[in-house]
Amino acid sequence: MSSTGILDIRDLTVGFTGRDGRGRAVLRNVDMQVSPGESLGLVGESGSGKSTLALAAMGYFKRGLRVMGGSVRFEGQDLLALPPTALQAIRGHALALIPQNSGQALTPSMRIGAQLDEALRLHSPLAAERRAARVVELLEQVRLPEPQSMARRYPHELSGGQQQRAAIAMALAGEPRALLLDEPTTGLDVTTQAHVLELLRDLARERGMAMVYVSHDLGAIARVCDRVTVMYAGEVVQSGPVRAALRDPAHPYARGLLASIPRLHDTGLPRALDGRPPAPGETGAACAFAPRCMLAEPRCIAARPALQPDGSGGLVRCLRADETDVRPVIAAAAPRERAALTDEAALTIDDLAIRYRQTGLVARLMGQDPGPATVSDVTLTLRRGETLGLVGESGSGKSTILKSLAGLLAPARGRITVAGGVALPGAVETRSPDQLRRVQLIFQNPDDSLNPRHTIGDILAQPLRLYFGLEGEALRARSAELLERVRLGAHYLDRLPSQLSGGEKQRVAIARAFAARPDLVLCDEVTSALDVSVQAAVLDLLDELRAENGTSFVFVSHDLAVVRALSDRVAVLYLGRLCEIGPAEALFANPAHPYTEVLLGAVLEPDPDTAPVLLARDVTEGAPPARGCPFQRRCPRKPGSICETDQPPVQDLGNGHVLSCHIPVQTGALQ
Amino acid sequence: MLRMLFRRLALGGLTVFLVSVIIFAGVEMLPGDACTAYLEREAQGQRLENCRRDFGLDQPAHARYLDWASGAIQGDFGSNVAGTRDIATLVGDRLKNSLMLGGLSMLVGVPLALVLGVIAGLTRDRLPDLTISTLAIFAMTIPEFVTATVLILVFSIWLNWVPGIVLTGASAPALDYFPEILLPMAVFTLVMCAHILRTVRSSVIEVLGSDYVQMATLKGVPRGQIVRRHVLPNALLPVINVVALTVAWLLGGVVVIETVFNFPGLGRLMVESIAMRDLPTVQAIALIVATIYVGVNLTADMLTMLANPRLRTLHTRRP
Repeated sequence: MSSTGILDIRDLTVGFTGRDGRGRAVLRNVDMQVSPGESLGLVGESGSGKSTLALAAMGYFKRGLRVMGGSVRFEGQDLLALPPTALQAIRGHALALIPQNSGQALTPSMRIGAQLDEALRLHSPLAAERRAARVVELLEQVRLPEPQSMARRYPHELSGGQQQRAAIAMALAGEPRALLLDEPTTGLDVTTQAHVLELLRDLARERGMAMVYVSHDLGAIARVCDRVTVMYAGEVVQSGPVRAALRDPAHPYARGLLASIPRLHDTGLPRALDGRPPAPGETGAACAFAPRCMLAEPRCIAARPALQPDGSGGLVRCLRADETDVRPVIAAAAPRERAALTDEAALTIDDLAIRYRQTGLVARLMGQDPGPATVSDVTLTLRRGETLGLVGESGSGKSTILKSLAGLLAPARGRITVAGGVALPGAVETRSPDQLRRVQLIFQNPDDSLNPRHTIGDILAQPLRLYFGLEGEALRARSAELLERVRLGAHYLDRLPSQLSGGEKQRVAIARAFAARPDLVLCDEVTSALDVSVQAAVLDLLDELRAENGTSFVFVSHDLAVVRALSDRVAVLYLGRLCEIGPAEALFANPAHPYTEVLLGAVLEPDPDTAPVLLARDVTEGAPPARGCPFQRRCPRKPGSICETDQPPVQDLGNGHVLSCHIPVQTGALQ
Repeated sequence: MLRMLFRRLALGGLTVFLVSVIIFAGVEMLPGDACTAYLEREAQGQRLENCRRDFGLDQPAHARYLDWASGAIQGDFGSNVAGTRDIATLVGDRLKNSLMLGGLSMLVGVPLALVLGVIAGLTRDRLPDLTISTLAIFAMTIPEFVTATVLILVFSIWLNWVPGIVLTGASAPALDYFPEILLPMAVFTLVMCAHILRTVRSSVIEVLGSDYVQMATLKGVPRGQIVRRHVLPNALLPVINVVALTVAWLLGGVVVIETVFNFPGLGRLMVESIAMRDLPTVQAIALIVATIYVGVNLTADMLTMLANPRLRTLHTRRP
């Protein structure tokens, strides 16, 4: 063995046998070396093979996959040749995994303590009676509150962030020398993600652990990793120190990926990478990225380029790598002209309160106090053509408000009015077809919102028939036109959702919403299930439709940079209460509410030289306090006990920037 | 948790009550009554009226329902149409036989189904699984009376190991049924085992593909411990309800198998009573079978709740 790497993967090819009996490679000739104490980031879009590579590093392959060549060595031992018992001794001990979705990776029938104890029993010399204390110690180490009580809980009794911490504690139980992390913070709130990442960083430094960090989130990679390997279509396309890779990537794909990420402090939309990655077995002898590359030339298609030094300490698989910094690799988009906003209101929400029904009949008859509502005191106006972003952690009520606007959840109090002063009835069944047409909702996951047995044509026909009575040729023509508008084309009409990629499906969902010619479109995390490059294309599409139609949007996302890219105004919610609302630019530049500061501080930028500012603990609160400010228990700048007794006053900072806080803000300082 | 228990018990009671009303109303709507059945051709004029007065059939329906229901609660179903037998003892003997046959089959069948199902799930698509799954399909698809006939042919006629049919009377003590009961038991066990086994297999396969089993593997847990600690507790949860349905079906008496073996169980009594228009007995059996279904399903729900931490801690503190 030539390198001193703790993990050493050489020329690994992994694949499955297709229906035609031919082998299809998911990983092709991959090399990966990690030294002790080093942290390597694995980046790529879904299907790039990054998770397969991380699991391969433990000698584990999902059902159906097999090794077609190469070696995987951990501390000099060939994991592919070891007998099961020897593998069991390494896994979870010297080499541990922190899984992607801890909610599903913890066994539901076992208490947290029992799952940690199992790891200790297998991998530590501790006697049974010493292990209970060690379990508590481990839970404490990952900064879980009340570790004794945590050990006795079942996984479903923990919040998402707590489950992730419990999984980290389980990985640490074996005192690993190398950690594999498979998207460990995907699906967590920004604040929780930032806290978990800081914890991982500290632990790795303290113990000199090597880490392989798999993520599509370049912000997280920038924060944690020393080196980055970029995967595309099952192969390494670029590998090198994190600073060079994120500042000035040599491979056109890496450059495009980086450009498609929205930034918190940039106005305007990120640029989209056109096309889609090839499926396994689709790439022939050419460069896998050539079909999407603006620099591709005949020699790129003639042969697959080799990995070669890029001149800044890394490797790159591109023949024209030295030109990527001077030539554009991605089409630049000109900002779209939008009609000036008038004062006409597209949506008025007045004193909205929403309560999930949880009190039983008996409790209501007994006159029990139902406690504070899930959403309360929300008042705001949206002008025609304006986009309002709703942000906040999970449990902030942003999706609840959307559901209520769509009529899926009747409000307990308050009025919702749309353009022309039409008051919307609370429940969807009581709304007239015209009222329904005006408000359209696009869901997070098109897999769930498109009927898998309906063709795209059927899906688009429903609103067209219902609202406009279109039939026959007119129906087909209008459906085709809608598909053109979302850049898909009429030949998609007869396809089923399963024949479309994730981004294409979301375009169909968008086309369906626009089929109704709505005044108001509600977007619930519409890009969260998509890869960054696809996300950029979808954001661009929404922007185009908005400029063409003058539609108003309410845009909900947990990703603040995405909200920033599209929104004119932003409302910040905490536990269903409005904290701050104002023009996007002013609010992101000068957050006035402590909670807005906390949220913005936790955002991770894809830049290794920035660090998140963690102002408050990431405790998850279930219900708002009975009195006073909703943020009183976590506020880093709490001025005094007044927050616990009095409703915070509304302060108007001018230009529509309003906040609810006891701390006085000097209006002049903000301008 | 305790509130949940009371609620389910109350709901179960309500179900049985509604079933009893439906049974009563259904019999009420049939043309003719106990007297027309009893008197047969002579059911006319004064004799019919006298009979109706004697049996209390001239009372309004709700009064007769209350009378019947209050008797049923105390285990008194009156006497049969012929007036020769007390329904409670008549049905009681048959119920005892059905419970014995069902219970014994369950004792053998359920553990066998669990073991075979787990083996099949763990060896998915390999020889043990293919063997078990194929046999299960056969056991399920071949009609019970064919299976029964083949078993009689092989074990009773060719090998002459066990008697082919039951000759013991309905009210004989339990032990008298051996070894006659063995063949019907075998048929019951086969059919039930196949149903449950297939659920166990698919449940085990699903859990094996879960993220937490992959996690346990990557934690270095040996295979046997993964199966014992991570797979089985989660895979067997959905099985409880399938077992319950199968068991309720068995306990309620299975007419075809009882007829083939001449076994004096509840199912056959039901068919005989219908043929003889013995409506009081039919009512009693229907009510008992409904109560068995409700009871068994209630027990299954309770067991699921006890075994599933998600349900058990439903009302406890959440973060």
